[in-house]
Amino acid sequence: MYPSKFGYEAPRSLDELSSLLNRYGDDAKILAGGQSLVPMMKLRFAAPEVLVDINGIPGLDYHREDPDGTLRVGALCRHVTLERSALLAAKHPLMAAAAPLIADPMVRSRGTMVGSICHSDPQGDWASVLLALGGHMVALGPRGRRTIAAGHFSLGPFQNALQPDEIALEAVIPAPTGQRSGTYLKLERRVGDFATAGVAMALETSDGRVVRAGIALTGVGPSNIAATEAAQALVGKPLSEESIEQAAQLAAAAAQPRGDHRGSAAFKRHVVATFIRRGLARGEAVAA
Amino acid sequence: MTQTAPVTPSSSQALDEIKIGGLGSSRLRVEDSRFIRGRGNYTDDVKLPGMLYMEILRSPLAHARIISIDTSRAWAIPGVRLVLTGEMMAQRNLAWMPTLSYDTQAVLATDKVRFQGQEVCVVVADDPYIAKDGCEAIDVEYEPLPPIVNPEQSAAPGAPVIRDDKQGQVDNTCYRWEVGDREATERAFAEADVVSKLKLHYPRSHPSPIECCGSVADFDPATKKLTVYMTSQAPHIVRSAVALIAELPEHMIRIVSPDVGGGFGNKVPVYPGYVHSILASILLGKPVKWTEDKTGNLISTGFGRDMYLDGEMALRSDGKILAVRMHADTDQGAFFADAQPSKFKIGLMHSTFACYNIGTGYITAQGHYTNKAPGGVAYRCSFRVTEAMFFQERMVQAAADDLGIDQAEFRRVNLLPDDAFPARTPFGFLVDSGQYDKCLQIGLDAIGYEEFRREQAAARAKGRLLGIGISTMTEPLGAGNSREYDILGIKMFDSAELRVHLTGKAILRTGAKTQGQGHETTWAQIVSHELGIPAADVVVEEGDTDTAPYGMGTYASRSTPVAGAAVSMVSRKIRAKARKIAAHLLEVSEEDIEWELGRFFVRGAPERGATIQECAMAAYSNMPDGMEPGLEGNAYYDPPNLTWPFACYIVTVEVDPETGVWDVLRVVAVDDCGVRINPMIVEGQIMGGLTEAYAMSNMQFQTYDAEGNIVGSNYMDYLIPTAWETPGFELHEVVTPCPHHPIGAKGVGECAAVGGPAAFVNAVLDAIAHTGVRNIDMPVLPDRVWTALQTHQDVSGAPPVRNG
Ligand SMILES: Cc1cc2nc3c(=O)[nH]c(=O)nc-3n(C[C@H](O)[C@H](O)[C@H](O)COP(=O)(O)OP(=O)(O)OC[C@H]3O[C@@H](n4cnc5c(N)ncnc54)[C@H](O)[C@@H]3O)c2cc1C
Repeated sequence: MYPSKFGYEAPRSLDELSSLLNRYGDDAKILAGGQSLVPMMKLRFAAPEVLVDINGIPGLDYHREDPDGTLRVGALCRHVTLERSALLAAKHPLMAAAAPLIADPMVRSRGTMVGSICHSDPQGDWASVLLALGGHMVALGPRGRRTIAAGHFSLGPFQNALQPDEIALEAVIPAPTGQRSGTYLKLERRVGDFATAGVAMALETSDGRVVRAGIALTGVGPSNIAATEAAQALVGKPLSEESIEQAAQLAAAAAQPRGDHRGSAAFKRHVVATFIRRGLARGEAVAA
Repeated sequence: MTQTAPVTPSSSQALDEIKIGGLGSSRLRVEDSRFIRGRGNYTDDVKLPGMLYMEILRSPLAHARIISIDTSRAWAIPGVRLVLTGEMMAQRNLAWMPTLSYDTQAVLATDKVRFQGQEVCVVVADDPYIAKDGCEAIDVEYEPLPPIVNPEQSAAPGAPVIRDDKQGQVDNTCYRWEVGDREATERAFAEADVVSKLKLHYPRSHPSPIECCGSVADFDPATKKLTVYMTSQAPHIVRSAVALIAELPEHMIRIVSPDVGGGFGNKVPVYPGYVHSILASILLGKPVKWTEDKTGNLISTGFGRDMYLDGEMALRSDGKILAVRMHADTDQGAFFADAQPSKFKIGLMHSTFACYNIGTGYITAQGHYTNKAPGGVAYRCSFRVTEAMFFQERMVQAAADDLGIDQAEFRRVNLLPDDAFPARTPFGFLVDSGQYDKCLQIGLDAIGYEEFRREQAAARAKGRLLGIGISTMTEPLGAGNSREYDILGIKMFDSAELRVHLTGKAILRTGAKTQGQGHETTWAQIVSHELGIPAADVVVEEGDTDTAPYGMGTYASRSTPVAGAAVSMVSRKIRAKARKIAAHLLEVSEEDIEWELGRFFVRGAPERGATIQECAMAAYSNMPDGMEPGLEGNAYYDPPNLTWPFACYIVTVEVDPETGVWDVLRVVAVDDCGVRINPMIVEGQIMGGLTEAYAMSNMQFQTYDAEGNIVGSNYMDYLIPTAWETPGFELHEVVTPCPHHPIGAKGVGECAAVGGPAAFVNAVLDAIAHTGVRNIDMPVLPDRVWTALQTHQDVSGAPPVRNG
């Protein structure tokens, strides 16, 4: 397949990047792992004038914890790095569960978490993870850095809150206030398939009570959906069969699925509820 | 020449056939050496000086009248050399072309577009990017018409006539067909204790070879010779078709199929793209390359299946089948372009139930034009035997359930016994041989049938849903014979040409065309078996019509039954000549010469012998007086019958009652394909077929929405299983040599893809037997299983897909 004609820039620093974005504005598109952008270009669904390849910018391929436990995932941190991360395996059960469920091994070795969230595909898995964890994105532009909460980052299918001259620098997950547990469950038709339905579940417990809960849904609406009421039903009490069932019902109600070749709307709602029951009640959620 | 060990006169000096890579040797595939090094030479690897690139503009709509086409912006792009429209084709009488099913197909649309993805314009440019830019610059104005995406809509009163281009076509009926004995069948149904019914849709699927279709057409204006490198499973048919249709002299046409990256039936038909590139090359006097993209391949080239079956079975309460009656509606798409050589409009559908004694039967069928992609129909399958065997095995399970008889026992009662062969089926086939009961028993023992039943009951008590499905089938493989099978009148024989060089090395060419089957490996093994020449000393070439003998190509598992037989026969001709040479060398009369593998010897004096290599040397250097020099020959083989392999596939699954997801626990396959030339390659074919069977049953299909938009136009939506999902396979073997094939071999390439799907579906339905659901259409997607569990109703998968 043959994309439209495009220019190509490969900045070596954030400064250089910044001036390129300034120059090209709307005509430029950032190229990270290319696992969403390149397929769109070859189908000519996307036809940017200029590709600005950030892969040559040093220092963006990190994921690390601040001393207070805040997790930062840099713009060039690949899915595969997160999949293999000892840090996530030890302390971030939801992220560790989600990483191996993204796409297939080839895509995971190039694609990035930040790129996935920027892409704002309602079927992208990472945006749900970030929502459930109450995280945010850090944007860098000519006016400096700003923080955009996960819930405000996506504006709809394939639209995000970044300005044309901004880049998403990192995704940030706040430090936990309790003991972390959680998981990501995804129904896919095949390895490498996008979710028929996916559910991100993040809990923090302290003294036997849930002190923070986040639930977010993938593939069952025009954007990733934060099922806030469902999560709220879990907070302030010990996890119980009743609260989980309540959360399952509320999450299913929060879903806005459309029937398609992956399944009917009723089926997708049912899967959301089932995943909450499985993820929370049956210990399928991994404790950190 | 290697020195043979000293021998006592009585001991044989015959070569060890396995060691020389003969019959039964699992020698490694010689073609893989270049494939795994990236040294294959596919059509897209062909680069000729001055070559131009072609791209096709396709219709975005399923059904629409073309109001206008404006190509001026495309012509204005620097580097665009040619823009072809339907009107320009029509001026050359090339807007329509005949199909292999005696219909016509638009080469470029003139009046209407009739399916999404139909070829509307062609742009030829200096590079493929410009060609694509050119396509985007063409403005086509359409007036949308109501789209038709299934036979019901197609046959509805007042439905728009899709083929209004055809004189006398007043509705959307494409053909009607029937076979069998209607009255006898009615009598049998009247006498039945139980009548079992089943209705299902075998979904549309696509062969989807990894290499898409393409061609490099090279018309030389000086010599007037046309060379076309193209992705064809049947290059000779293309040469003849071009000669007959385009009225070019056949000796000035050379079709070359270089390495072909998978075919599965997709590369038998002649597609518009080939024709465009040929015409463009003739008009421009330059080589023109067309490389189809994946979406183009998936949405416009030969699909498989898309058949609706409604059938019933007359049964006696003791389990005996008395008769089968069924009706098939086939969704043909916009043009009736099945690439199949039989005289039967619905292919070999009537091979259904060939392994059972069903008494009598009656089949009717109707083909329907729809606004969907045309053509193909044989996806790893001998012309609809896949649908035939799927329906058969689903019906058998439903009947056993209705009778309350165990599914294995029901098969035992009705399968043809070993002494039944050759057996004439109610629909006229002659099944050649088999040991059905033995295959079934090996399968049941391997899976541990009784034990699984106990396990299943115990699991059920805990709310777990386990199931076991069986599929047993024979299928007719290896078209022809020439009485009943032809393409455009050309009989379905095949051919081989063998040249043994002076040093005993050889080159073999056949009229078949390998696309992954491993001919370069196995044909050499047949030569080795017949002549004792080590397989490594035989090079195999196929696919170039200037050098290969005339043949009908590779599909329908016909290579080994037909071309493979020709390889045997030509080798035997060579051996007959070599025997004369041996007699001359050994100075005895020919009657006193005996043969053992690799060597002639004197009867009664076995130490006096001449190897085949010595004979080859003599054929060029020391031939007997009056003998023509050389050691080469050819053979054309017209098979007396189709070959009839048998298979028993057994699958166990566990269904997740909450999500409808099902996992395969075990797959046992017992295949009897007669004598195995290369057991490793046979096993590879079976595993590949089982993978596709699993794919059909689980995920792989194409459907359409109500607007006629195709779902499954790329690999995000058209799901092909990966190594991750594909279950492991346990293979078993039974050998019933084919009684009419020179080396006793039968076709095998398609068995597992044909017989496998029913085993998977039967297993899932067995797991949810408590619901009373008789059918869930393939693919048995989680949401369909869940719906069945919720509603206790059959689940249809027929298009249009319901969105929203
Ligand atoms: C076969 C296949 C299967 C897939 N399956 C899944 C799946 O199951 N689940 C899933 O979640 N995803 C899936 N994906 C998508 C994959 O995860 C992508 O890697 C991801 O969506 C995009 O990340 P990327 O780094 O490749 O971004 P790119 O493709 O490079 O960019 C994507 C978009 O984000 C923008 N962008 C990227 N980085 C930045 C940045 N730092 N700042 C501002 N804008 C930026 C780009 O300009 C572009 O618009 C699949 C992709 C493929 C090809």
